[in-house]
Amino acid sequence: MASIEVRKETCVGCGACVPACPFGAISMEDDLAVISDDCTLCGACESSCSFGAIIIRTGETDGTCISDYSGVMVISEHRDGIVDHSTLELLGEAKRLVEVDGSVVSVALLTEKGGEWPEKLIHYGADRVYIAEDPVFKHYRTEPFSRTVEKLIKQKKPAIVLAAATTTGRDLMPRIAKNLNTGLTADCTELAIDPETGGLLQTRPAFGGNILATIVCADTRPQMATVRPRVMKALEFDGNRNGEIEKIELTPEDLKSRTEVLEFNPLDEGEVDITEAEIIVAGGRGLKNPENFALLEELADLLDGSIGASRAAIDSGWISYPHQVGQTGKTVQPKTYLAFGISGAVQHRVGMQSSDRIFAVNKDATAPIFEFCDEGYVGDLFEIIPLLIKEIKRRRK
Amino acid sequence: MRIVVAVKQVPDTAEVRIDEERGTLIREGIPSILNPFDAYALEEAFKWRDELGGTVIVVSMGPPQAEAVLREAVSMGADEAVLLSDRAFAGADTWATSHTLATAVEKIGDIDIVLTGKQAIDGDTAQTGPSIAASLDWPQITFVGKVRELTGKHIIAERYVEGGSEVIKSSLPVVVTVLKDANIPRLPSLKGKMKARKIEIPVWGKDDLELSEGEVGLDGSPTRVVSIATPEIFTDGQIHHGEPEELAKLMADSLLGTEVS
Repeated sequence: MASIEVRKETCVGCGACVPACPFGAISMEDDLAVISDDCTLCGACESSCSFGAIIIRTGETDGTCISDYSGVMVISEHRDGIVDHSTLELLGEAKRLVEVDGSVVSVALLTEKGGEWPEKLIHYGADRVYIAEDPVFKHYRTEPFSRTVEKLIKQKKPAIVLAAATTTGRDLMPRIAKNLNTGLTADCTELAIDPETGGLLQTRPAFGGNILATIVCADTRPQMATVRPRVMKALEFDGNRNGEIEKIELTPEDLKSRTEVLEFNPLDEGEVDITEAEIIVAGGRGLKNPENFALLEELADLLDGSIGASRAAIDSGWISYPHQVGQTGKTVQPKTYLAFGISGAVQHRVGMQSSDRIFAVNKDATAPIFEFCDEGYVGDLFEIIPLLIKEIKRRRK
Repeated sequence: MRIVVAVKQVPDTAEVRIDEERGTLIREGIPSILNPFDAYALEEAFKWRDELGGTVIVVSMGPPQAEAVLREAVSMGADEAVLLSDRAFAGADTWATSHTLATAVEKIGDIDIVLTGKQAIDGDTAQTGPSIAASLDWPQITFVGKVRELTGKHIIAERYVEGGSEVIKSSLPVVVTVLKDANIPRLPSLKGKMKARKIEIPVWGKDDLELSEGEVGLDGSPTRVVSIATPEIFTDGQIHHGEPEELAKLMADSLLGTEVS
């Protein structure tokens, strides 16, 4: 059984581990760290100790033959037959990861009809395209997708499997990882190869974005991760790249499903998905009441942007949940993010910090948002917004 | 209808602060709460039980003090509760957690639906729900914003995805993960609070679930956290002070800078 131990002779009683514990499970007694039963063996203290005095021991593992696995496999995602940009980003990242050992980048494309996409995926960096074509794959469906990808992974033995951290990837990958008895890290924002072990270092925000945790999957393969869309960079399209295309053989058993998609309802016009917006005009507690969102809407219309909101505005019932940006809402990466009356607590920050340009308007000069925005304006939004609207209209005349 | 709701006790991450000097989490005085998303899963279970009849059993894996969130769930309306707690469960990642929860669902037996929140606010993985489904070899519907129909044979639910919503029909038994959009969770009732005080909550460990050391806790977890860092915050933005007219002009300059006028 796994256990945690504080080496009495090495612990100097500095206390650095006490605040490092996310569970408050460490206290200092007679200059010695003492671990309580609240400990979940998360390892935060182990890395906080400069003296190597805290040790977590794991039990014996069976040691699958991990050297049999190589290369990176990307699981493609598509809607209406069009491959999602996140897949191209993953190919770019996969290509970067294999620079270390020169192994192969492959992509699994499960679709109704591949058309020109297999070739295109090669031009975006895939060395090998595994394609399965069947009407079942027109829409994403958990069971046929997971069964087919599982079968492919067992055959091809990639060392790393990546999918986008979308509602599709986050539905599919946990199922596969559980069935293959291997590890999966959710919503990674950074990937790297550990130069010592050759393993994948998977970094992701946790605790509401308060920390970045780096996670490894040491003893099982493949190492699986979902990756946040719009964080990694796609390669430039290059028609000279070559690769192979291989068909995945399907059996009727692979295609069975206990669920069916009855209908797909796209968002109404005007009801834009804020994760795809290029400009977001967002409001928070500083807006004071729901009527004031009309002010934001006027500005958003002028800039051709969408409306976002902080949790404070959602919880006050000023605007509906689909507009919420942040940890318990959506993650957005627009070109321009305008934050009005949003203080910029970490839970909001993690949902929008990857925006290209962040503008903040707030009365409170000490608001945390001024610490990470690109342009901050200290002032009253009720004065500034109408003037800004007037100014934009004047310049466009 | 027999429904299991899987819930988690989490630190209130909204209260977590960073020690800027040390770059670590300040955990002191942070309250432990019921994972907010799980409240929506509970409400969904109560709603359908009230309509169709049946039993809602709330299950949580965690340290002994996680019993508090089970009592909270009972005060809101759960009929039964089970705590999965064992020193051997510590350090579990989503593989080991879902494996343990799924084994408990099998032991409880004769379950039609497992409901859970779309994710927990401490880990934010959203992996445990679908992994439970995989362990049980049941179908799953994740990110559900609305349950349209539930009968003894099937469920029809709206799954909110990028760019729209999918209407999915599934046979039972099934695992469903729930979004905030689904409902408005009820508050504890007086009767519920009385029941919560009195109810005996069985505690099941590794041996009760007939699990081996290699499939629970840290030993049963393929992944491991190797380091934790504080995110770097970009701090060289330009901050403007001045009269509103002046600020609005500066802002328009920046916003329209590349626009052809």
